[in-house]
Amino acid sequence: MTITLVFLAVLLAFFLGWILSRTVNVEPWVADGGTLNDRLPEILTTPRVALAIFLAAVSSLFALSISAYHMRMAFGIDWLAVPSPALLWVNTVILVLGSLALQWSWNAARRNDAAGTRRWLYAGGALTGAFILGQTLVWRDLNAGGYYMTANPANAFFYFLTALHVLHLLGGLVAWVRTVKRERAGAPPEAICSAVELCTIYWHYLLVIWFILFALLLTT
Amino acid sequence: MAELGHDATSHAPPREMPEMELPHSHSWWTTYVFSQDAKTIAIQYSVTAISVGVFAMFLSIMIRLQLGFPNTFSLIDPSSYLQYVTMHGMIMVVYLLTALFLGGFGNYFIPLMIGARDMAFPYLNMLSFWFYFLSVIVLMASFFVPGGPTGAGWTLYPPQLISEGTPGIHGGVILMMISLGIFIIGFTMGGLNYIVTILQYRTRGMTLMRMPLTIWGIFLATMLALLAFPALLVAALMVLLDHLAGTSFFMPTMFSMGEQLPHEGGSPLLFQHLFWFFGHPEVYIVALPAFGVVSDILATHARRNIFGYRMMVWALVAIGGLSFVVWAHHMFVSGMNPYFGFLFATTTLIIAVPTAIKVYNWVLTLWHGNIRLDLPMLFAIGFIFTFINGGMTGLFLGNVTVDVPLADTYFVVGHFHMVMALAPVMTIYAAIYHWYPKITGRMLNEAMGKIHFWVTFIGAYAIFLPMHYLGLAGVPRRYYAFGETSPFIGESVVSLNAFITVAAVLVAAAQLLFIYNLIRSRKHGKEAGPNPWNATTLEWQTEHTPPTHGNFGKELPVVYRWPYDYSVPGAKYDFIPQNVPPEEVEMVDEGAVRR
Repeated sequence: MTITLVFLAVLLAFFLGWILSRTVNVEPWVADGGTLNDRLPEILTTPRVALAIFLAAVSSLFALSISAYHMRMAFGIDWLAVPSPALLWVNTVILVLGSLALQWSWNAARRNDAAGTRRWLYAGGALTGAFILGQTLVWRDLNAGGYYMTANPANAFFYFLTALHVLHLLGGLVAWVRTVKRERAGAPPEAICSAVELCTIYWHYLLVIWFILFALLLTT
Repeated sequence: MAELGHDATSHAPPREMPEMELPHSHSWWTTYVFSQDAKTIAIQYSVTAISVGVFAMFLSIMIRLQLGFPNTFSLIDPSSYLQYVTMHGMIMVVYLLTALFLGGFGNYFIPLMIGARDMAFPYLNMLSFWFYFLSVIVLMASFFVPGGPTGAGWTLYPPQLISEGTPGIHGGVILMMISLGIFIIGFTMGGLNYIVTILQYRTRGMTLMRMPLTIWGIFLATMLALLAFPALLVAALMVLLDHLAGTSFFMPTMFSMGEQLPHEGGSPLLFQHLFWFFGHPEVYIVALPAFGVVSDILATHARRNIFGYRMMVWALVAIGGLSFVVWAHHMFVSGMNPYFGFLFATTTLIIAVPTAIKVYNWVLTLWHGNIRLDLPMLFAIGFIFTFINGGMTGLFLGNVTVDVPLADTYFVVGHFHMVMALAPVMTIYAAIYHWYPKITGRMLNEAMGKIHFWVTFIGAYAIFLPMHYLGLAGVPRRYYAFGETSPFIGESVVSLNAFITVAAVLVAAAQLLFIYNLIRSRKHGKEAGPNPWNATTLEWQTEHTPPTHGNFGKELPVVYRWPYDYSVPGAKYDFIPQNVPPEEVEMVDEGAVRR
């Protein structure tokens, strides 16, 4: 559980710092004219805060899964590492491109460029679809090569971790579809800018998670 | 008036609260069923949680009937006994306590107490309840599948969980895991709402350090839950894969009738780590809101400011943080590395420090207070007793050498029911008696309430205190009957078990009286008025009782003070609501010191 504890320690250190900065030296029993203010900075809008909290919960899920991976590897003598198919590298490039496409869509939305927003938004979704398809091909190839889920705990974890990642991408695609619907209904870029931004941050986050998972699978 | 000398707060005009776009209901369905109003959702959560809790209470009566009067009731066989034990535990911990404290109290109190019109994401909030409701339906469905619900104990330890011989290993286990998964997804939606609403929608002047401790408790408990529930989700998914797909995450190599079973090499210890990584913070997911609620009720009914507010906040934060590094004290006898035992015993005992701070501060709040023994106060004081008792026996079990002989005995059952069952339930009752007048506009019947309190309080002690003795006598938990070992079970154990069962039946009857009181007082209770306890927090200052959609009138309230201005020296009344500006506070005479 070391990985989970390190993750939690970082999170808690950040939270403690914030809480202490808001609570030390404050004299709560003192009344005032109703002007006290300790709101979050304006840059932290409600959707951004919500996404940050959600990502903290998702990080906990992945940190725990990776901890379980390490613990199972250490507990069992039956661990046989899964080969990493070359297709995983291709999929990684596709996911990077998907993330970049959404970044460009967000940039375009901020410039109020409707065509650019639309083009890169669609490209981001399509590339994500391609990544998911690529992952299913990896699963099919591994299965065909005899690396069944039940054959070895390393195989089981490979399918488990990659599927968990894909499930989160599918969840992201639900938000992406809602954004596309609004765009197709004629919403101008500034109206969907916040939604595109949230999608982009989420995609970047899942890209980082994928890098971590991929590195884990490559090195163990 | 003293100035606040702190960087984090400033006297610059605050950013105005953005006005929320409230979803308005247009039909009976969207008003009462698929409502997006946090108050309605809170009531939906509460009614569902209490209903399922009453069901789990009846399961506990079935358990007690078997233990008190073995083999008298044909309805209870060894399999069903284990199923009742399992479902009683899981329902009470997750589907009653977590759902009621966070879904019920969180939804009702957060917007009202921080001066918001509703939750940040009302639609998500509604979905959260319906996911919870669906999880309850799926869980209950396990009673109707072949083999019935799982009987592996609420801790769901593999390999027993999915091995032949354990009741409910087919549909029961699957439905339990699916139900937990749905619950966690639903909770994540609700939890996001609670945190974002508290961070973003506090009204003008409602700084963090002016929030009632109830809100602090709910806020921190939600954070714990968002980080801890994923452990249960991961464990549930892996159990499902072990069970349905034949993987070996948790299932070790096993032989049955001379043949090797399909699984091999899995680690049951891994499951225990994941389960308790969720399971121990779960104790505080329930306890932190309870701490907050009790603090507010004690201050209101003792007419004193809470003693050491800042320390109370930091103690909540410290307990929340420490709760993530004590999980393996549930695993002292699991065969893990013994050095871990030393480490986790140390962290466990450290958590007693912030907890003791809270207890001392509650007692000091009562010291020289103008104590009114109203029903909420009785239950809040009852909480302090039961929590101290449960906490003290926790010190026994937190030490490895003492825990080893006491593990899996009734001492553990007595301990965790005192601290995890009785203490939060006392708080729930305190909260319901305290806030029912705001929620319905009517008071609960006092005579019935007093009977309810005394039977529950004394009865619960009659149930759980003797269990410590049973545990010291070596009586193991979860046993349906003692079979051939009965000669080793003393006569005192047999008679105590019968005594506990009688007490349990009486306590259960008192809970039915409480339910009757809830229903009857809704129509026939005394009119409460807007603020029957003369409380200071914002929910008591609403224009309407019960509060209407949007909570407050045209203008959101402005907060000028903390929520504990009770018995302020020189003030004419013994409470000053949070939304009363300093210049409007009525003083006894001109010479009195203005605050």
